[in-house]
Amino acid sequence: MTPELAIQLALFSPCVGAVLVLLSGRWQNVRDTISILAGIATLYFVIRIAGYHADEARLALEVVDVMPGLTLAFEVEPLGLVYALVAAGLWPLTSLYAFGYMRGHHEKNQTRFFVCFAAAIAAALGIAFARNLFTLFLFYELLTFSTYPLVTHAGTEAAKQAGRKYLGILVSTSVAFLLFAIVWTYAVSGTLEFRPGGILDGKLNPALTPVLLLTFAFGIGKAALMPFHKWLPAAMVAPTPVSALLHAVAVVKAGVFSIVKIVVYVFGIDFLRQGNASLWLAYIAAFTVLSASVVALSKDNLKARLAYSTISQLAYIVLGAAIATPNAIVGSGMHIAMHAAAKITLFFCAGAIMVATHKTNVSQMRGLGRRMPVTFTAFFIASLSIIGLPPTGGSWSKMFLAFGAVDAHQAVFAGVYMLSSLLSIGYLMPVVGRAFFCRADAAGAINAHGADAAHGDAEHGDHGDVNGGLHEAPLACVLPLSITALLCFALFYFARDLYALLLPIVRDTTIGG
Amino acid sequence: MFGLLSTWSDWATSLSTLSEHFPVLVVVVPMLSAPLCFLSRNGRAARGISFFALLSCLLMVIHLLGRVLDEGVVSYRLGGWPPPLGIEYRYDQINAFVALIVAFVATVVVPFGQNKKAFRVPAGRTNVIYAVYLLCTSGLLGMCVTGDLFNVYVFLEISSLSAYTLVAIGAERRAMMSAFSYLTMGTIGGLFFLIGIGMLYQMTGTLNIVDLSMRLYDVSSVRTLSVAFATLFVGVSIKLAVFPLHQWLPNAYTYAPPKVSAFLAATATKVAFYVMLRIIFTIFGRERSFEQMNLDRILLPLSIAAMFMGSIAAIYQTNIKRLLAFSSIAQIGYMTLGISLDSLTGLVGGIVHLFNHALMKGGLFLAVACILFRLGSVKIDDMRGIGRRMPWTMGAVVVLGLGLVGVPGTVGFVSKWYLVLGALERELYVVAFLTLVSSLLAVVYVWRLVEVAWFSDPKPGIRMAEVREAPLTMVVPVWALAAATIYFGIFTEHSAGVARLAAAQLFGGTP
Repeated sequence: MTPELAIQLALFSPCVGAVLVLLSGRWQNVRDTISILAGIATLYFVIRIAGYHADEARLALEVVDVMPGLTLAFEVEPLGLVYALVAAGLWPLTSLYAFGYMRGHHEKNQTRFFVCFAAAIAAALGIAFARNLFTLFLFYELLTFSTYPLVTHAGTEAAKQAGRKYLGILVSTSVAFLLFAIVWTYAVSGTLEFRPGGILDGKLNPALTPVLLLTFAFGIGKAALMPFHKWLPAAMVAPTPVSALLHAVAVVKAGVFSIVKIVVYVFGIDFLRQGNASLWLAYIAAFTVLSASVVALSKDNLKARLAYSTISQLAYIVLGAAIATPNAIVGSGMHIAMHAAAKITLFFCAGAIMVATHKTNVSQMRGLGRRMPVTFTAFFIASLSIIGLPPTGGSWSKMFLAFGAVDAHQAVFAGVYMLSSLLSIGYLMPVVGRAFFCRADAAGAINAHGADAAHGDAEHGDHGDVNGGLHEAPLACVLPLSITALLCFALFYFARDLYALLLPIVRDTTIGG
Repeated sequence: MFGLLSTWSDWATSLSTLSEHFPVLVVVVPMLSAPLCFLSRNGRAARGISFFALLSCLLMVIHLLGRVLDEGVVSYRLGGWPPPLGIEYRYDQINAFVALIVAFVATVVVPFGQNKKAFRVPAGRTNVIYAVYLLCTSGLLGMCVTGDLFNVYVFLEISSLSAYTLVAIGAERRAMMSAFSYLTMGTIGGLFFLIGIGMLYQMTGTLNIVDLSMRLYDVSSVRTLSVAFATLFVGVSIKLAVFPLHQWLPNAYTYAPPKVSAFLAATATKVAFYVMLRIIFTIFGRERSFEQMNLDRILLPLSIAAMFMGSIAAIYQTNIKRLLAFSSIAQIGYMTLGISLDSLTGLVGGIVHLFNHALMKGGLFLAVACILFRLGSVKIDDMRGIGRRMPWTMGAVVVLGLGLVGVPGTVGFVSKWYLVLGALERELYVVAFLTLVSSLLAVVYVWRLVEVAWFSDPKPGIRMAEVREAPLTMVVPVWALAAATIYFGIFTEHSAGVARLAAAQLFGGTP
């Protein structure tokens, strides 16, 4: 296999998967197996690409010149590779999870669901390997449109309303700001290629640099920077696997990944640090970090709480990009992976709780830990990673981000990171605490019992004391969330490799780290 | 043996002799086929005649475009009289390109299936429709290819009169009224155009466009020149439906039979746009139009107003044909914006959008014809849940709609890219921003259709279960246009590439 072929296959296998899923829609088991196999194949090719990258092979693929200056082309670089590994690695797990969830929940239109899911992964990989802004924009839009049917999956008026908000915010920011910024970049620099050190140095009027940077940052609505964050809580009407993979990993990470990539390869860190062009962006991101954490504290619905937590964590990455010191950039790149593993676990847990007990609010979860010990243990581990405590992966990325802030002589942002950690203890730990240490209240027990009976679960239905019985979600749900929880641990020990992988992107800067 | 060979060489010789006359045959073939259709007294025969006439037309235009791209301008002297005495048919990069679009759309629309109830013509007399249709096509092609300004007017009237007729045969009675208002506006436009030609003739004594443009250099009477420019401009603007002279268009497109709407939307306004380009860039020249007449000061605000008013009006429509008609007004705004930016890149955007919009709007109106054929209604509210019943048709609507929005990978993005880049090159940041914002309005009206078709339950009282996918003869042309929307969004050599050549030619001032 040549490197070029590996890129092609990685991009094509989700597409082929989508077509096969569409054709085999009638046979449920075949369809779901294909979905998982396509995920494994995609992961395999991405790992092959990573192997070529480690051998320092040139990984580039030029498809077609659309217009002079606009080329559809791919090239693998460390940052994109991390994002691709995250998206492709978590897809098969999510497919497995969706397999259990969608059936356990008796969802309709499952074929459409799996087709759009595969299309979204293809778009995410396109973003990851994009060689220039045009390719990135093309797949960015494709990702928006392919995830829209997933958000409106339920087909209810509320889902349609949420779908409108989703599409409205993401498309309008991308067209009004992102495309504007791209054309502007082209008009100024005459190219859209991502190049180490950036393409704008010496071409853009330094006074306009903050304006262009903000236009990019707000244009990338998927990064959920305030005030364009409303689509993310709205998208929570989607089935939980969608929230887990797309709205905790693929879609939102596409946003922050694009911002980091643009900072590094379009502006260039050195250019951005001149005259503190990114200071405004840093303030906006810091505000988003804190205020989203505070909002998360106030949410009772678990998915909504996790959504605001995501907004806050995404802003960590944007803040890291805005600080633009080598440590902060590497920390941002690492946080893409660390947060992905942790947040997908949390969403998997939320979905497992919903499937097993039909409970969605934190206040209803008293005492559930005894019934679902695996799920809540996983939740606890992932929470540690979000908070940033060892021995979980999140501690490393947060440390590098804070170092980066100190390098830039802006210790205030390091303070923001620490304060946000405290807030995240405040919104995540009560969930675990209630589940394990509180006794189930009477009303909750009756509800849970009713739900069990409605499920026709005879084995547990005759238990008078609900607290006593073990009642986990189906294995297809519990297995993936256990794996991702273990991944949070593993990332703590493999952080060195991630660091070594990401370091080259800031190697050429003149600012000391 | 030798006999056979000589017959063959005779054939080859006669074909090459014939190809000398292709420039005029492009117009003559459909024009002379029209009476044949009329005499055939049989709808089916007329359909066959028109199809083959237009197909041969299309092949000739392709041949001519190839020649133009290889050899440069192709000039044909009618009756052998040299210009400026005689009438000249003149093919260059831009009008060969427009003629190709007209011939292509005209050919595609003919075999397209249709509901007999769509026309208010007695059964057995549908041949008349084809006769008028051929005349209209012939007029539009004539406007493109002729090098004589008065000839442009003649063809303009031929195409307009037949277009009024085509609109008037729509099934609803309101088609009559809308055809009448189209006729009124169209006649006023034609009159303005004629007055403008008269003034130019009075100043220069010539009607040949090339000759005219050269002689106008020496004309010193600025006032007459300004008035001539203004009248010609207003005349064409009415035909092009430039905001606020667009009132005839929504009703005409809404009540015309769906095939006719598709044809007119994809061709009539495009040819009018071409004539506008000729007047501004060839006859008067860029310098005179922009620096003396300050054309951009009027056309730029009007274009932006059209983009916004058209799109906003489209959002509030309940009839899908009317929605598309208002969307056309907005899209015409993009084309005129390309002119008014007064930059080469912007002009490329305007010209390429002429091509792109023909594909998208033609495809969308044909899809509407499919819906009307199966559902019997074009009300958006009645279309709820139709996506499941007609997945191919509605899938094409999604693709074409994304094109209107300007999603990358579709033709709409190509136009938008050039227009916004053109605006930024002139440092018109606000214009660039407004262009992008107005395309967001397209998201709103396109997504209304998508949501209704794919994510809604059927309206009570509509028997959605009985609706089936449209027949293959209808779905294939729709998908051909939808596929072209994507193809030319990625491989732009033959759309934007030709538009770049054409724009460079117009912008350079050489006719």
